[in-house]
Amino acid sequence: MNWSRFINRARADDELQQELESFIEITAEQYVDQGMRPDEARRAARRKLGNPTRIREDVYEMNTATFVEGTMRELRHSIRMLRMNPAFAVTAILTLALGIGATTAIFSVVDGVLIKPLPYPDSEAVVRVGHWASFGTARTRDFPFSPQWFATYAENNQTFQDFGIWSPRVAAVTGLGSPEQVNTLLMTRGILPALGVQPALGRWFSRADDQPGARETVILSSGYWQRRFGGDKSVIGRMVTIDARPREVIGVMPSRFSFRGFSFQAPADLILPSQLDLAQPQPDFGWVALARLKPHVTLAQANADVARMLPIFKEKYVGNQMDSLHLGPAVRPLKEDVVGDIGSLLWVLMGSIGIVLLIACANVANLLLVRAEGRSQEFAVRTALGAGARTVARALIVESLTLSLAGAFIGVGLAHGALQALLAYGPPGLPRLNEITIDLPVLLFAIGISVVSGLLFGLAPIVRIAGPAFAMSLPEFLRGAGRSATAGKSQHRSQNALVVVQVALALVLLVSSGLMIRTFQNIRTVQPGFIDPATIQTLRISMAAEQVPDSEHVTRAQTDILQRLEAIPGVTSAAFISSLPMEQGTSAIAPVEGKTYGGELSPPRRIKFISPGLFQTLGTRLLAGRDLTWADIYEQHNVTLVSESLAREEWNSVTAAIGKRMHVGVSGPWQEVVGVVADIYDDGADKKPSAIVYWPARLQQFMTGPPSVPRSVAFMIRSSRTSTEGFIRDLRQAVSAVNPDLPLSQVRSLREVYDQSMARTSMTLVMLGIAGVMALLLGIVGIYGVLAYAVAQRQHEVGIRLALGAQPRAVTQMFVYRGIKLSGVGIALGAAAAAGVTRSMSSLLFGVTPVDGATFAASAGVLVVAALAASYIPARRAAAVDPVETLRM
Amino acid sequence: MVQGTLDMLILRTLVLGPAHGQTIAQVIERRSDDVLQVEHGSLYPALHRLQNRRWIASFWGTSENNRKAKYYRLTPEGRKQLAAHKSRWDEIVRAISRIMNPAPEEENA
Repeated sequence: MNWSRFINRARADDELQQELESFIEITAEQYVDQGMRPDEARRAARRKLGNPTRIREDVYEMNTATFVEGTMRELRHSIRMLRMNPAFAVTAILTLALGIGATTAIFSVVDGVLIKPLPYPDSEAVVRVGHWASFGTARTRDFPFSPQWFATYAENNQTFQDFGIWSPRVAAVTGLGSPEQVNTLLMTRGILPALGVQPALGRWFSRADDQPGARETVILSSGYWQRRFGGDKSVIGRMVTIDARPREVIGVMPSRFSFRGFSFQAPADLILPSQLDLAQPQPDFGWVALARLKPHVTLAQANADVARMLPIFKEKYVGNQMDSLHLGPAVRPLKEDVVGDIGSLLWVLMGSIGIVLLIACANVANLLLVRAEGRSQEFAVRTALGAGARTVARALIVESLTLSLAGAFIGVGLAHGALQALLAYGPPGLPRLNEITIDLPVLLFAIGISVVSGLLFGLAPIVRIAGPAFAMSLPEFLRGAGRSATAGKSQHRSQNALVVVQVALALVLLVSSGLMIRTFQNIRTVQPGFIDPATIQTLRISMAAEQVPDSEHVTRAQTDILQRLEAIPGVTSAAFISSLPMEQGTSAIAPVEGKTYGGELSPPRRIKFISPGLFQTLGTRLLAGRDLTWADIYEQHNVTLVSESLAREEWNSVTAAIGKRMHVGVSGPWQEVVGVVADIYDDGADKKPSAIVYWPARLQQFMTGPPSVPRSVAFMIRSSRTSTEGFIRDLRQAVSAVNPDLPLSQVRSLREVYDQSMARTSMTLVMLGIAGVMALLLGIVGIYGVLAYAVAQRQHEVGIRLALGAQPRAVTQMFVYRGIKLSGVGIALGAAAAAGVTRSMSSLLFGVTPVDGATFAASAGVLVVAALAASYIPARRAAAVDPVETLRM
Repeated sequence: MVQGTLDMLILRTLVLGPAHGQTIAQVIERRSDDVLQVEHGSLYPALHRLQNRRWIASFWGTSENNRKAKYYRLTPEGRKQLAAHKSRWDEIVRAISRIMNPAPEEENA
């Protein structure tokens, strides 16, 4: 078999024709030379050659591939057959298109998020350098990184080719229209080389740019460059005022590049050099370290390297102070951090959509069976004319593959549309969104699954037709094919099996989506710790040191803004906090007086800086003691509030907490607990409420150093005017009256923040819901199809029954009973399968076990009702048969 | 003509140098004193087959009378094949002639 010859055979034939003509001419000329007349010579030459068509045919034959030839013939034939029966073709192709399209769409997400490597060269070598730390029973591998660590590792490591740290910040950009708050990344110069990306324009930070006191520079993200500079290439060298200081634009990131911080919803707009003083690095724990490993260095080697360097760090910077802290190396692929824990969700979705595809295949298999029945005559004739079982099987397979590939073609179109919708809806918390596309691997996947499904559902008619054609003698087969009664039994059996499988699979999906509905309901019933979030407006204001230099002014500006916000008509109360409920935020160590924690460091607590009036605004109950007052802020009282779960954990009761003292940090000043407030579900309503320490928005000192204030705070304003345009305009005015250079960011209601915390659950619910509904619909169509076919086939029999006096009711019941029996078996099998399958989604569930009886019962109920409806309609038609009419047939 | 011998004869003819189909047929016929007649219905398929096996290669050229004609030439692989065919052929010819012209002592035995 030679493919190039096969493909080029038309050209080869052309050449041969020319060659034969040249033969005739050359020969004729010779004959003329020998004295013949020209026309006579030509005739003689032709005679000499013989039949040129015959020669061409012989040569053409040499270049054929019999199998391909046959398959092409079958393909043409099957397309003809499908066009003869458009209703069948359209139903089958659309069913498959839905199944294949949905599967392809989800796979493109799985591929883009989980499978594809990160878009950096040799991305396996890019690692996050971190440490695990244990506090008693708690253990984290995200122990924050500090410049001190960076200085130590940069100097001593043996396994990093490039190494750097970065930290997410915010900054105000002024002088380009109205002031804007943007997300920024502060990074040492090693980060971008470690990632291995090249700038789209300009250059990366040089060693000089990253020196403390050097000329200020900035690199723009591609999005920001487009948005603010219209993609102007002359932007390099321009000055931009960032946090009141002019910086020179030295580069633009490539458009594919997206670098998200931890808590940001949007990728960073600007990249600033860290300009850390490595001679005197600060113990500032807000950094993330990244490295590119040297060639051929394994993760284990890198971890060993970090373990070796840890004592060097401790000796130089920590002394004995942190002996109680248990630390270890946690170097891992960057991809692991980027992808996070979305994997389990995506695989559950992939599995459920795969089930939908299986159900679709079962449906098409059923259709094909019915069709094969009608075509047995055709195949009998083909067999009689000498087609072997193999040829018949090939014809059927080609037909199935034609269907499934046509389905794939439309399905990929559907997947493209679905993906656009999904990306536009942009489920928050789904990483690597911009890397999800329908590319070659996804297309190959679509073709792959369509071929597999084609073979899968194509098997059904083959077993039905080619099997007997092979086994039976010809006359026997011809006789059998003429009548449906004899072939009916096995036909029914295979159809019944398909329906049972469909119902079982549909039940699995209904149970899964039912469990998600229960989860969603359960989360909604959790009282999150605040009331009526839809009437709380939130917005964030950050004040850079360059804009508002000292901490006293920061507090004053924040309180001024608060007062003006409270004065807006329709506002009942307002307050500010360093990080909103459900927005997590920073954590710090806050040891309780008199506790030893078993010789270890006390566990880190979530810390929120607050203004007075916060809990009143949120509607969070004060359980004991008193609220924070303005006097506490201005006179810098060493007081703190704690959440209920923290009080119970440390002192076993709410009231016992009052009057107790806690450190700020490892050995900061003592703070007296003056109040305990109800828990807020800061990590989401489906998680345990976190133990939170509320510090006054102005601390006398944090660890060691000057008074500490949160420079970026979120204001919360309780008002019925929340989210209206006029209200937001009033808010802007109030803020700019205090300082016109302060940008407002993240303007949204607390309700939106709350919904976002549930985004993953909502997305799972919606996707599984879609899968469940599709499965149910396909299942109904399946049951209906089989019964309708059975009714049509047994019309004769029913006619006789009716003529002999059977009640139409009894006939109806007979068919409905069959539908119920089939779905009953399906439900029983499905329940068993579901019990095994739902275990895999337990991490997505809340307040409901994977084998929740009520959900199983409800899903089964839905299926029974659906099965009843699907069987009742054809059963009614059977009873309506006119006995005289059918008997005459 | 004996089955399979046409291929060998074509290869043998091309040892003399590249030639087009008509020349090949003529050379075979002349050299066999017109004993062997080349059936053109099998010549061209044979040429095509040999080309597919890469024993010969073709190119378009001009004939003695300035006509466009397809020329064939022997490839190194074809040369090797010719040698193999020839030795097998010689064997067969010897074997046949031993049967047809047996040595006198054998006939007496």
